[in-house]
Amino acid sequence: MNKIEAIDVNFFYGKFHALKDINMQIEERTVVAFIGPSGCGKSTFLRLFNRMNDLIPDTHLHGQILIDKHDIYQKGVAVDELRKNVGMVFQRPNPFPKSIFENVAYGLRVNGVKDESFIRQRVEETLKGAALWDEVKDKLKQSAFALSGGQQQRLCIARAMAISPSILLMDEPASALDPISTAKVEELIRQLKKDYTVIIVTHNMQQAARVSDKTAYFYLGEMIEYGDTKRIFTNPEKESTQKYITGRFG
Amino acid sequence: MIPYKKNYTTRKKRSQTLLFALFSLMSYSVVGILLLILGFIIVKGIGVINWEFISTAPEEGMTKGGIFPAIVGTFYLIIGSALFAFPVGIMSGIYMNEYAPKGKVVQFIRMMTNNLSGIPSIVFGLFGMALFVNTMGFGDSILAGSLTLGLLCLPLVIRTTEEALKAIPDSYREGSYALGATKLQTVRRIILPMGMPNIITGLILSVGRVSGETAPILFTCAAYFLPHLPNSVLDQCMALPYHLYVIATSGTNVEAQLPIAYGTALVLILIILIVNLLANVLRRYFDRKVKTN
Amino acid sequence: MRKPFERIIEGILACSGYITSVVIILIVVFLFREAFGLFKSPAVEEGYTIALNRTNKVSEDQFHAQTLKLVFDSEITNWSNLGGADEEILLFRLDDLTNYYSEEELGSNLENVPDCINKLVDSIPGIIAFIPKLYVASNFKGRLIEDVAITPKDFLAGKEWFPTSTPSAQFGLLPLITGTLWVSLFAILFALPFGLAVSIYMAEIAHLKIRNIMKPMIELLAGIPSVVYGFFGLVVIVPFIQKVFHLPVGESGLAGSLVLAIMALPTIITVSEDAIRNCPRSMREASLALGASHWQTIYRVVLPHSFSGISSAIVLGIGRAIGETMAVLMVTGNAAVIPTSLLEPLRTIPATIAAELGEAPAGGAHYQALFMLGVVLFFITLTINLAVEQITKQQKS
Ligand SMILES: Nc1ncnc2c1ncn2[C@@H]1O[C@H](COP(=O)(O)OP(=O)(O)O)[C@@H](O)[C@H]1O
Ligand SMILES: [Mg+2]
Repeated sequence: MNKIEAIDVNFFYGKFHALKDINMQIEERTVVAFIGPSGCGKSTFLRLFNRMNDLIPDTHLHGQILIDKHDIYQKGVAVDELRKNVGMVFQRPNPFPKSIFENVAYGLRVNGVKDESFIRQRVEETLKGAALWDEVKDKLKQSAFALSGGQQQRLCIARAMAISPSILLMDEPASALDPISTAKVEELIRQLKKDYTVIIVTHNMQQAARVSDKTAYFYLGEMIEYGDTKRIFTNPEKESTQKYITGRFG
Repeated sequence: MIPYKKNYTTRKKRSQTLLFALFSLMSYSVVGILLLILGFIIVKGIGVINWEFISTAPEEGMTKGGIFPAIVGTFYLIIGSALFAFPVGIMSGIYMNEYAPKGKVVQFIRMMTNNLSGIPSIVFGLFGMALFVNTMGFGDSILAGSLTLGLLCLPLVIRTTEEALKAIPDSYREGSYALGATKLQTVRRIILPMGMPNIITGLILSVGRVSGETAPILFTCAAYFLPHLPNSVLDQCMALPYHLYVIATSGTNVEAQLPIAYGTALVLILIILIVNLLANVLRRYFDRKVKTN
Repeated sequence: MRKPFERIIEGILACSGYITSVVIILIVVFLFREAFGLFKSPAVEEGYTIALNRTNKVSEDQFHAQTLKLVFDSEITNWSNLGGADEEILLFRLDDLTNYYSEEELGSNLENVPDCINKLVDSIPGIIAFIPKLYVASNFKGRLIEDVAITPKDFLAGKEWFPTSTPSAQFGLLPLITGTLWVSLFAILFALPFGLAVSIYMAEIAHLKIRNIMKPMIELLAGIPSVVYGFFGLVVIVPFIQKVFHLPVGESGLAGSLVLAIMALPTIITVSEDAIRNCPRSMREASLALGASHWQTIYRVVLPHSFSGISSAIVLGIGRAIGETMAVLMVTGNAAVIPTSLLEPLRTIPATIAAELGEAPAGGAHYQALFMLGVVLFFITLTINLAVEQITKQQKS
């Protein structure tokens, strides 16, 4: 079943045409990787799924984005509700200036969960799910800034998981991390597939090959090719894709 | 599975709308206060101001006549303090941004400049009295008053100069060095001219500051009433803010003097308005010029 | 050819670079120089002395400015309170002379006054006399209390500021400093909610266009001279307060606080708006992406993140309020009493300096006391500046 559908999507920053005629279907509980050279519109496209681009003044969307068959840009859609269902992890770890515990609890609190014992249980559950529990269980009250970069990023993933969204958007989640932390994050993403639909933007082609089921290649605001990761990396249909993945690009 | 409350989203939306409305109301009321003060003084003072008011001296125990000597005095004080503070302040700003070793030295100077700008103006008055009036023997004079006011606005001049120079990208400096120019030549021919617009904006604002200050000139310069204009820098002078203070607080004939006070306040406000307007227009003009370049 | 010239210019620039430091040092030096004599000035009015009966054994240390005032105000009436014998205190001022002696006895040219005083002081054990030094007889048989200087305690802990009080001028800091802190505190309490609301509105809510109009207006508010605020307070706020609270006079701490609140607003607004704007976009986005509303994001993420910036804004605002002179001078009524309510007149340190320095003869105790107030003010504001410096440093790390 299709979890996400993009239909004839065109997106503009002012007059700048950032995304051109994009159509895409994403199945439930798969990992999809977006690849392509910097500035091709991967982040822009990703941020459409939780309406993050709404925050940027003077932007326009033409076309439809459906999640679970509902147009999320329709009038009357509660953006806060949408974002509860579509979690996001950013390029740089961006924990809040709060304790580790409060970082994970944040999403629950802002969505009106008041039951402290539930929150405690849920924080533990999510930190375990993010493979971070053993490292932080003794310092939950400490500031999140005290963690290493890799731990912070996994904390941010846990933070997004805590409100149990069904979709996780990740914008180059490992690009600011060292190789060991990257490996941990990748392992985590493979685990996440069991419960979540994951879209990950990455610069790193090995990473895309390692973690994703499907891959979409973008170039200059267009989606050039989309298909099974294995096929894209072994037998791309388009020449541009071929060039990019073999590193003969530009 | 997560025990979300029903309708929580709509509820938080509603309280947000309410709060934001409150914030904007409070913001507009602050603007309202400003407009109230300005409007009040303009309405009450506009009828008083005419050519005679600004061109004649006070008469009959300051119950009649104009405020010419006070305008002249304030003008002298502006010029005097500018002559001192502008060159010194600009040089100080240049030193900080172009010459001083980055790090500790700059941090120290910046800290001292901030400290100086935090010192209350009455303390400047005390200091000016002790140093310029008594120790250096200038007596109550335009010279002593100008120097005191100059010290007061020094931090403002230094800060705007430093900020103006900081905004100039290093590539210009490197370009100039690459052509074999020395540091001084680079500063004089490239950096200063490029920073000048912003520096000028700062200078204009400091003129506004100087023209409104009372406390520093209370004991260094200001005269209650002078029948004639000052002849030299060692004479006392009248000044607009001090004149307003005197008339508003120790008037003998409130009914006759209140209009004069409104008139004086309006002249002061007009100076500030013009200064701010000029600074803003200049800032915008130069911003646009930089952008189109 | 070029080199030495460049060197010289560089030297001059370096000198002017340190000008602010030099000025601060000079300010400290000169304030202290003028103020320092205070603790060497006699506690008794210039040219006068205090005389006691020679049997009076009260130690000289007891006679400082505050006690003298209490004695001569008849608040202390028995020598035993000062560690002496159980004897009623009898006050004697020069005017009282005619109660004891006829005009003939004093002499037509008052030539017998010293003798009369001498006799009187010698005959009454409980007497304390406040007399001109001129009238102390050469064979004076009483005890003279001389060399009593104003003490730091008189200044720092003195509950009264009364420079013209006789026999001993009172230079007590307490009423002035409490007055200063009192108005400043309330000024900040009034200004803070508005300051925060405006800065949040400008940084987060308002459209760019509205902000671009509001910002110069706030700057204008900062540019209005303090006398104009004082004048506005005097003709609008003071009568208003008088009417609303049915007061005998409208000049009061409340009037001062309101005027100061308006004056502190621009500082609070500009500094905290900057702080709020400095909150990284990524942090806002992270919060919004978790389903938080805009307000939740401001309240739970942006404000905590800009906490130190906002605290510097508050501290700076307090500094502005404490140092403000003219406006406060014009609207607070300037009664040097320790304030107990906002509706009474009070007096601040800067206002005292501004109001009294003109009348204080240079070099006298009063003059020195006013400079001592300047020293106090200087150090209060210096502390505040350094605190802000510290806060900003923390923020950066
Ligand atoms: N806020 C914005 N305003 C205007 N243009 C933007 C903005 N964000 C991104 N763009 C432009 O849109 C294009 C796509 O950007 P982005 O989606 O960030 O690319 P990618 O993530 O693939 O590197 C780029 O050309 C970029 O310059
Ligand atoms: Mg990107």
